[in-house]
Amino acid sequence: MSTESLPTSTPAAPANAPILTGAEAVVRTLELIGVTDVFGLPGGAILPVYDPLMDSTKLRHILVRHEQGAGHAAQGYASATGKAGVCIATSGPGATNLVTAIADAYMDSVPLLAITGQVFSHLMGTDAFQEADIVGITMPITKHSFLVTKAEDIPATIAAAYHIASTGRPGPVLVDITKDAQQAEVPFIWPAVLDLPGYRPVTKAHGKQIQAAADLIVEAKKPVFYVGGGIIRSGASKELLELVDLVGAPVVTTLMARGAFPDSHENNLGMPGMHGTVPAVLALQEADLLITLGARFDDRVTGKASLFAPNAKVIHVDIDPAEIGKIRAAEVPIVGDLKDVISDLIDTYKATPGAKKTDFTEWWSTLNSLRKEYPLGYTPPTDGLLAPQHIITRIGELSGPEAIFAAGVGQHQMWAAQFIKYNRPNSWLNSGGAGTMGYSVPAAMGAKVGEPDRVVWAIDGDGCFQMTNQELATCTINNIPIKVAIINNSSLGMVRQWQTLFYDGRYSNTDLNTGHDTIRVPDFVKLADAYGALGIRVTKEEEIDAAIKLALETNDRPVVIDFVVSADSMVWPMVPQGVSNSYVQYARDHAPTWDTDE
Amino acid sequence: MSTHVLSLLVEDKPGLLTRVAGLFARRGFNIESLAVGHSEIEGLSRITVVVDVENLPLEQITKQLNKLINVIKIVELDPEQSVAREHMLIKVRVDNSTRSQVLEAVALFRARVVDVATDSLVIEVTGNPAKISAFLKVLEPYGIKEIAQSGAIAIGRGSKSITERVFKN
Repeated sequence: MSTESLPTSTPAAPANAPILTGAEAVVRTLELIGVTDVFGLPGGAILPVYDPLMDSTKLRHILVRHEQGAGHAAQGYASATGKAGVCIATSGPGATNLVTAIADAYMDSVPLLAITGQVFSHLMGTDAFQEADIVGITMPITKHSFLVTKAEDIPATIAAAYHIASTGRPGPVLVDITKDAQQAEVPFIWPAVLDLPGYRPVTKAHGKQIQAAADLIVEAKKPVFYVGGGIIRSGASKELLELVDLVGAPVVTTLMARGAFPDSHENNLGMPGMHGTVPAVLALQEADLLITLGARFDDRVTGKASLFAPNAKVIHVDIDPAEIGKIRAAEVPIVGDLKDVISDLIDTYKATPGAKKTDFTEWWSTLNSLRKEYPLGYTPPTDGLLAPQHIITRIGELSGPEAIFAAGVGQHQMWAAQFIKYNRPNSWLNSGGAGTMGYSVPAAMGAKVGEPDRVVWAIDGDGCFQMTNQELATCTINNIPIKVAIINNSSLGMVRQWQTLFYDGRYSNTDLNTGHDTIRVPDFVKLADAYGALGIRVTKEEEIDAAIKLALETNDRPVVIDFVVSADSMVWPMVPQGVSNSYVQYARDHAPTWDTDE
Repeated sequence: MSTHVLSLLVEDKPGLLTRVAGLFARRGFNIESLAVGHSEIEGLSRITVVVDVENLPLEQITKQLNKLINVIKIVELDPEQSVAREHMLIKVRVDNSTRSQVLEAVALFRARVVDVATDSLVIEVTGNPAKISAFLKVLEPYGIKEIAQSGAIAIGRGSKSITERVFKN
């Protein structure tokens, strides 16, 4: 988005402007920039804003049970709709409870506007009741943060914050407003004048660089499209599909990019990285060219970065110039919005001599044999308990590609990334960069608010679920019928997996006592019942489909299914931390034979 | 050690210095010195920062700084094409036998005495880092009691200005 489209008209004469309190200006501004849903919880320093909020017919406020829930709900809303999510909290602990969600949004480039109340400006710095320097606290984890102490600055600041959050590389922006600024009465001037001389995201790339990229693709023998979450944030899935069909190279979609390119497409090798498919991991290792689109060479993708894709040249496209060259030097760096860049690249590639003659037959035959030999799979548990991978596969199959799936963090997240087939951007929500346990239930709630006609699943673990399940109350009371699948292995499963593999099976503090053969504290079915949700327990394989179908048919309240699964199931394939991705293990002690030829 | 001088044109907003300093700290960039003051345009400040780029490319530092919303422009100042100065106040021990020698050094280095007491002098000196360190070496034998030093400030040679380049487009 160029800065020309900003509301920069001359302010109306104050004489014509309505006199509003700062608090009314907050509500009016949100309405005028097109916000329709906000998640929050009131408190002393934000009370003035809550008064006009009650009368707004354009803004739906959803009262959460914990501010972290408001933050993740706004993230889920944003990730499902592509529109910035908005959350509101009071000063001090209200604001600090948003911090985890803000940090999460920063890592995963989620457009998020956080509005917090601040103590009276004359009390700031005195350690006043519920005072916290939230602007200072959030500086390292926001795209930008504003402190507003004057009512007249409110419209322009909120408009600027929303603009910054939604454009360029999206991210969280915080606006902290003192109580006196909320109470003061001033003329409301709109459109607000945005003054952001230091903010000019580049969206259109240089033609020379696009040509250089096209030339590298034409020359390549073993190219791979390394696709990241940027494709989804940019809304460039359609363009990507066209480019891939044109070039004919394989595609890998990172954890943040699941759904950016259809899993049903022949060229999709699946997810790369620590728990990626063997073909995706080894395709990157063997590639002679990485066509990197909105990905950031995260350590969970690269393994030991110095040994990652050792023979590959790199085309790196990102809207954030600082991502380019941060981890891996790029032969062709391109700064721009992927939607524009890919469109340009399509045109340029078509016109490049030799483009029609590219032949990846040999490359595909290598990859296809890997696909055949190492398909995604799992070994059923030997303790007679359910296989989590099977449950998650069935949830995906019975719900279909139009549904939305929000995962927590851990084993169930990896299985949900692996075993659900995504064919649509914004259908897969998770905490990729930050790895925030507790993301799933509130994020699913936010997604359901933004996309009420879609089936929304929270695929959660028994550990994650216990961090934020109080938002089930919010869901029940506000008629937000999400479906929660607790993959209940009675433990902090991913940590337990590492203890199995790297700590001689010494299970220090990972047993949660929620599952099979335990005292079940809490009992998730009773808990669901207490929250007014439908609670179902599934312990046998033949109950799985019926429970999922019942959940899909139940839309008058939230549903919680307690899937009691084996604690011994592990996430495979796996690349142990800190080594080359060439050491990917298909299953325990089972490295691809292909690797030993090296 | 490999150092570079960056000149930043920034909006004069509360917390700006925290944002810049915090960015350096959390990204693991090393600051040699940092000096802030108003620019010739109201509302804009200028930061001169000397960075040690032994471990990280300068490019990554400037890109990260550019992402700060309040940073308007960053220019790397080539030592050949710019003037850099540091300012230092030095309190040196003197007595009747050494005072004239110290004053001689002050004259040689084109420094200035700004406070006189029976047993000490406060000397003000301006210059490039090499000159200042040479001056300190000369004063050392007399006994340096206290030093206050500014970070380097720098400006490009010739008629062009950093602000002019910003506001042309």
